[in-house]
Amino acid sequence: MSIKELITIILLVIGCFFFLAGTLGVLRFPDLFTRLHALTKADNLGLGFIAAGMALHIASPWAAVKIFSMWLLMLLASSTSCYLIARFEKEKDAPKNKKEEL
Amino acid sequence: MDLFFTIVIIFLLLNIALGLIRVWRGPTVADRLLTTQLFGTTGMAILLVLAGYLKQPTFLNVAITFNVLAILLVIGLVIVWNKRKGENP
Repeated sequence: MSIKELITIILLVIGCFFFLAGTLGVLRFPDLFTRLHALTKADNLGLGFIAAGMALHIASPWAAVKIFSMWLLMLLASSTSCYLIARFEKEKDAPKNKKEEL
Repeated sequence: MDLFFTIVIIFLLLNIALGLIRVWRGPTVADRLLTTQLFGTTGMAILLVLAGYLKQPTFLNVAITFNVLAILLVIGLVIVWNKRKGENP
């Protein structure tokens, strides 16, 4: 086993740990907002570690650029939808008069 | 190395299966919606591992599809949101 494979294995194991943390957070946290916090941060960090490991394993520069830009796109999409879901839920609970004052 | 990749893929699939529990029990619509984010992220990770495992770069293009699906969630949310605002002005 070369040192490159060892680094790939370590990166993938760290990524799997963050994915497990995100899924457990979604299952166990009591509130919608805390669930959003667990999901969008931990899962995207795990995806970043897995993407780094696979970019190292594939070892082609163009594939690495593609994987990195895909990760950036996923970060953008997940942060935007996290914000939108939280605002969706908050406006549903807020009374209408208060919304007009703001 | 192949065995390790298989274990990682099975582990990520189990994560998706655990996320389905939240779809089943989720009290609000938003709880069910946020699991699509989980499926998008985990599905993309599975496809990235598959691309390295089978040595076929085509899977990277399939992973872009999961990206686009995660963005479609945002568009759907905005549409539903505007409809709800229209009903209660």
